[in-house]
Amino acid sequence: MPGFDFTNYNRNAALHARGVPLPKATSTGTTIVGCVYDKGVVIAADTRATSGPIVADKNCEKLHYIAPKIWCAGAGTAADTEFTTALISSNVELHSLSTGRDPRVITCMTMLKQHLFRYQGHIGAYLVVAGVDPTGTGLYTVHAHGSTDKLPYVTMGSGSLAAMSVFESTWRPDLDRQGAIDICAEAIKAGIFNDLGSGSNVDVCVIEKDQPTQLLRNYMKPNERPQKERNYRFPRGTTAYLDQRVISKEDMKKYVTIETLSGDDNLATGDSMEVDT
Amino acid sequence: MAQKVVEAYETGSGAGKNAPFVPIVHESLDLQADRLLPSQSNPFDINGGACVAMVGKDCVAIACDLRLGMQSLTISNNFPKIFNYAPSTYLGLTGLATDVNTVSDLFRYKVNMYRLREERDIAPQTLANLVSSSLYEKRFGPYFVSPVLAGINPTTGKPFICGFDSIGCIDFAKDFIVSGTASDQLFGTCEGLWEPDLAPEDLFETISQALLSAVDRDALSGWGAQVYIIEKDKVTQRLLKGRQD
Repeated sequence: MPGFDFTNYNRNAALHARGVPLPKATSTGTTIVGCVYDKGVVIAADTRATSGPIVADKNCEKLHYIAPKIWCAGAGTAADTEFTTALISSNVELHSLSTGRDPRVITCMTMLKQHLFRYQGHIGAYLVVAGVDPTGTGLYTVHAHGSTDKLPYVTMGSGSLAAMSVFESTWRPDLDRQGAIDICAEAIKAGIFNDLGSGSNVDVCVIEKDQPTQLLRNYMKPNERPQKERNYRFPRGTTAYLDQRVISKEDMKKYVTIETLSGDDNLATGDSMEVDT
Repeated sequence: MAQKVVEAYETGSGAGKNAPFVPIVHESLDLQADRLLPSQSNPFDINGGACVAMVGKDCVAIACDLRLGMQSLTISNNFPKIFNYAPSTYLGLTGLATDVNTVSDLFRYKVNMYRLREERDIAPQTLANLVSSSLYEKRFGPYFVSPVLAGINPTTGKPFICGFDSIGCIDFAKDFIVSGTASDQLFGTCEGLWEPDLAPEDLFETISQALLSAVDRDALSGWGAQVYIIEKDKVTQRLLKGRQD
């Protein structure tokens, strides 16, 4: 479905065969969780992206839009979670347009698992899919190899064990909206503080029937850096330079030219397109 | 003349760290042609290079070093890694030099086609998505590059920077983006020197000192540097005096 291009594959495989290691992708060594409550479902995520031991992004977004009432939390290879959810979001939209119905969570989950299974785990997306649809509330996990789970509370990513310990010790079946948000945020915080792959802030998404979906970006910021008391600003003229070239707005036109044609009558124009009114 | 040669390769910085230490055994001297390929080395670390972008007050800056090497041998000290795609949109590319050339040309083609189709310049946000999708298209055979994008949106006038991994995951940052063999050092210098709302002239000093300090602690980068300070209707390009060792 998504036309992957394998033109460099043989080159890279030959390099790899001679001992060249594979490139390091940004991975979301992550904590993501989800939890259902009486009227809807909550998903939450931390905001750290890592590349090996380096923190690549301190405040990334791991909650992905699928449909207005279906959202997805992603762990694993960051690019894969981003593009897989975007692809399925697109197909879910087309599907709901063609059926004339609101999309269902199980449809989205099935599309995701069939896509991921086809790629035999090479697309490293580990997802928590959540939402509400005409059939009720849905909460699923989808693994990169295509297996899925349906549970009242779920955790994924490298901080899943820390997060699950919170659910296993404090989850109750009669949670209300705020109770579900609290337990999810607490689970993410367990991941942030106890798992090295997770960190920074807590993002929360609340999906409820007959209520607009709320994306609570940076719902909690337990790791804010205090303002620097002093600065290391350099006096102007510190850095020696050998040459300088100033490109003004007029000069920019030398590299790029865009001419707006006037709407003169002597210009050849085609018939205007017929448009339904 | 089958003579056994056992070689122990030094695992330098970066990817070698995690690789198991395996001595390479050549069956005969005739097979030493294999050594033309720098085995066991990361494609990102063969040619060296560093790039950094920073946000200031109504301005952005992007800077790169000028070295092109083959392992420890320096081939050139005039290999800029920043490319211009619109009046105030610049893209820095570090990594394998052959891919830096291929990818920069590919985007020149794609951006030219965009301009012909749309009859307007590409916005930095649009270029970011173009870079991202183009790299992810090659998910299973990537280019060995880590792009850094800096620009000012022509309609909103807002500064924009972002970085990518080699398969197109975008890193939207409000402060700075680093890439290349000196990225670890750059993370340190930028985290220490950057502050919000720097004026163009102050941003120049900050990005220059951050880059120069970082590349001085990286054997594979340096040999001069190039800085672009991008403002709403003016771009200043400066060639920095850097160590030549």
